Amino acid sequence: MSTTGHPLAAASGGDLLLWVAVPYICLAVFAVGHVWRYRHDQFGWTTHTSQLLEHRWLRWGSPLFHLGAFMVIAGHVVGLAVPASWTEAAGIGEHAYHTTAVWAGSVAGTAMVAGLGMLCARRLLTRRIRLGTDRSDKLLFPLLSATVLLGIAATAAHNLVGPGYDYRATVSVWFRGIFGLQPRPEAISDAPLLFQLHALTACLLFAAWPFTRLVHVWSAPIGYLVRPYLVYRRRATTPPPVSRGTAASVPRADHL
Amino acid sequence: MPRGEATIGHVMAQIAMVMNLDKCIGCHTCSVTCKQTWTNRPGVEYAWFNNVETKPGVGYPRRYEDQERWKGGWTLDAKGRLVLRSGGRAERLLSLFANPDLPGIEDYYEPVTYDYDNLVSAPAGPDAPVARPRSALTGEPTAITWGANWEDGLGGAPEHAGGDPNLTGEWAERVRFEFEQTFLFHLPRLCEHCLNPACVSACPSGAMYKRVEDGIVLVDQNRCRGWRMCVTACPYKKVYVNHATGKAEKCTFCFPRIEAGLPTVCSETCVGRLRYLGLLLYDADRVGEAAATPDERDLLEAQRGVFLDPHDPEVRAAARESGIPEDWLDAARRSPVYDLVSRYKVALPLHPEYRTLPMVWYVPPLSPILDAVSGAGGDQDDPDHVFAAVTRLRIPLDYLANLFTAGDTDIVAGVLMKLTALRSYMRARSLGEAGDEAVLKAVGLTAREGEDLHRLLAVAKYRERYVVPAAHQEDAAALTALENRCPVESSGDPGSAGGRRVMLGIPTQRHRPPDASTGEHA
Repeated sequence: MSTTGHPLAAASGGDLLLWVAVPYICLAVFAVGHVWRYRHDQFGWTTHTSQLLEHRWLRWGSPLFHLGAFMVIAGHVVGLAVPASWTEAAGIGEHAYHTTAVWAGSVAGTAMVAGLGMLCARRLLTRRIRLGTDRSDKLLFPLLSATVLLGIAATAAHNLVGPGYDYRATVSVWFRGIFGLQPRPEAISDAPLLFQLHALTACLLFAAWPFTRLVHVWSAPIGYLVRPYLVYRRRATTPPPVSRGTAASVPRADHL
Repeated sequence: MPRGEATIGHVMAQIAMVMNLDKCIGCHTCSVTCKQTWTNRPGVEYAWFNNVETKPGVGYPRRYEDQERWKGGWTLDAKGRLVLRSGGRAERLLSLFANPDLPGIEDYYEPVTYDYDNLVSAPAGPDAPVARPRSALTGEPTAITWGANWEDGLGGAPEHAGGDPNLTGEWAERVRFEFEQTFLFHLPRLCEHCLNPACVSACPSGAMYKRVEDGIVLVDQNRCRGWRMCVTACPYKKVYVNHATGKAEKCTFCFPRIEAGLPTVCSETCVGRLRYLGLLLYDADRVGEAAATPDERDLLEAQRGVFLDPHDPEVRAAARESGIPEDWLDAARRSPVYDLVSRYKVALPLHPEYRTLPMVWYVPPLSPILDAVSGAGGDQDDPDHVFAAVTRLRIPLDYLANLFTAGDTDIVAGVLMKLTALRSYMRARSLGEAGDEAVLKAVGLTAREGEDLHRLLAVAKYRERYVVPAAHQEDAAALTALENRCPVESSGDPGSAGGRRVMLGIPTQRHRPPDASTGEHA
C-alpha cells in the first residue's frame, strides 16, 4: 500500500478512470436514477413476475437465486465493509475467516449461479417469456450473470484451487475508500484480473439497477408483517371518519 | 331487522349486486362487454373480470373452487381465529420467490387470436382461405384446447363435469354418466367486492384496498409490486396478473360509471335483465366477528346480521354520524339488493364458507328443479309437484346448497319454495284467478309482498333494478384527479403512441336522484 502524502497523485490515469471515476459515476447514476424512477415510474416499479407463464423452472430457480443472493450479499458486506483488523480483534484469525468465507461463499455462490442459470434458461427457452422480455431485462440478465460468474470464478481460481488471495488487503481497501470519500485506486490496481473485472461489472450493475426490475429489492414488503389485514382507503379528499375497534387502517388516498 | 340489543358501530355503505340466476340464458354479453371495456389489452388476454360458467362444470380457472389446492379465502385455526388459508404473514413472505399456489396460464387457458389477414391476403385458389388460431402469447399456430367458457351448455360434460369441486363421490359419477339428463344453469361471476376481502389482506405491498365510500375493492396500480399473493388469496380467482405490466388487475365494479350514478357495464348490457345494483348499509365493526362465525352454515345469517335496515331510524342516525350523505340513505331505502338479500331473503352469497363475506349475491335457479319435475313426468305448474321435488331431489338441491349455503339444503329449499309459491300465486293472478294466498303465507309472504317481489324479479324495470347514487360533489376534486389516470394503464413505452394514459371519457357529473335522471329503459 502506498504511503505517500496523497495516494491519488501516484495513481496512473487509467487507474483513476477505472477505480475512481467509474465507481463514482456509477454510484451517482444509481442514486439519481432511483430518485428519478421512483418519482416518475411508480407504475413500472414491479418484480415483473412471469410465474403465470412458466412455473416449473421458477419453482426451483427463483428461491435458489434469491436465497443464494441474500447469502452472497451478506458475505460481501462482511468481506468488503468490515476491515480485517476488526475480525481479528474479535478473535477470528485470518485462516479461520478464509476457511469460513470460502465454504459459505461456495454454497451461496453455487445456489445463486444454479438459480440464475435456471432463470436465464427459462427466459431463453420458454417462448412466452422470451417475448415478454423487455430491454431492461436484456441488459440486466447478461450483466448480472457476468458479475456473478466473474465473482465465483475469481473465488474458484484464487481461493479454491489457487494458493489463496487476500482480497481483504486490496479490493476491500479500495471499496471502503470509495465510500469513505478517500479513494484508494492503487489498492485494487494490482489485484488479479478476475477480481478487477468482477468489481467493474458490479459497478455497472449498480448503474443499471434503477432502470431494471432490480428496483423491486427496495420494495421488499417487510411492513406487511405488522400491517392491519384490512386496508380501507378513501376516494375523496374529505377527512376519514372515526374508526372504532376494527382491524382497519384508513390511510388517505392521494389518487384513484 | 330489529337491533335493540346491540349498539350500531361504524356504518359503511357498499354498492352490491344480486343476480337472478333463473333469468340467465348464458349469452355472455356481460363477459364480452366487460372484456371490451376493461381487458382488451396485452397482458390480460386471458383475464375475464366477468365470466359466465355452466354449472355443473369445473369453472374458470379450472377447479378454482378447490381450496384444498388453491388455498383461497379464510379459514379458522385451532383456536377459532380467522386466518388466510394460504398461511400467515411470515409464511406468505417466504413464498414470495415462488408462490406454490398460483394458477398457471394453463389453468386458465392459452389465449388465441386468428390469422385474419390470411382471409384477404391468401393467393387465389380452389379453397376458401381460413383464419388459423395463433397463440396470443407466442404468436405461433396453436390448437385451441380450453377456454373460459369451454363447458358452455355442458359441452364436454362427460369428460370434465365430474371434476366440479362441488360434486363429490357418486354425484360426480352420475353427472359424468347421465349428463344429458342432468341439470344445467349458468353462473355469471365477477369480483365479489367482499366485506372481508382475502386479496386485500394478502397483499404484501398494501396496494389493494376497499374504498370507504362504496366498498369497491381496487388495486392501486402505482403501489402494486407484483408479488401475486392476491391471486392465491382470492377464493373466486378474480384477481389476475397482467403479464405485460407485472401488476395485479381485477374487476373495478366499473367505478367510473358507478361514481356517475350509472350501472356497471355487465349490468347495463345484461340481456336477461337479471342483475340488480343497490346499496347495502353495514356495520363495519361487526365484519370480523361475522367472518369468524364458528359454524360454516351460520355464515349466511351472520353476514345478513352485519347488514343494517335502512328504514330503521336508529340506523339512519348512526349512518349520518358515520358521514353517509342523505341521498345515499335515500338510495339505500330504495335498494333492490337490500330487498332481495335481507327483506325477502331470496338471494344467497356464493360460497359463504370462504369467509370473505362476498357482496355479489344470487337468487338460486328454480330451473334445475323444474327440469327434474318435467323429466319425471310431473307438472311444472303444479306447486305441489314442485314442492315435492324440492324436498326429494337430492342432486340439484345439494349442489345448489354447496354453492350458496355451505351445504345447508334447508335454506336453499326454503328459497326455492318461496320462488315456487310466488310463481304459482302470480300465475293464477295473471290468469285472472284470485290466487291462493295460503301458499304465499306458507312461505312467509303477504299478497302485497308477493306482488312487490314479483315486480322486482319478473317485471324488473331498469330504475328498480339499478339504484346507484352518484358520488358526491364535495368529492369532485378527487374525481377530477382521477380523470388524469386510467386505473389499468397499459404497458409499453411511456413516450410513444401519444402518451400511455387512456382517457376513459366518463363524465364527472352528478346525477339527480333517479326520478329525474335516466329515462325508463325497461
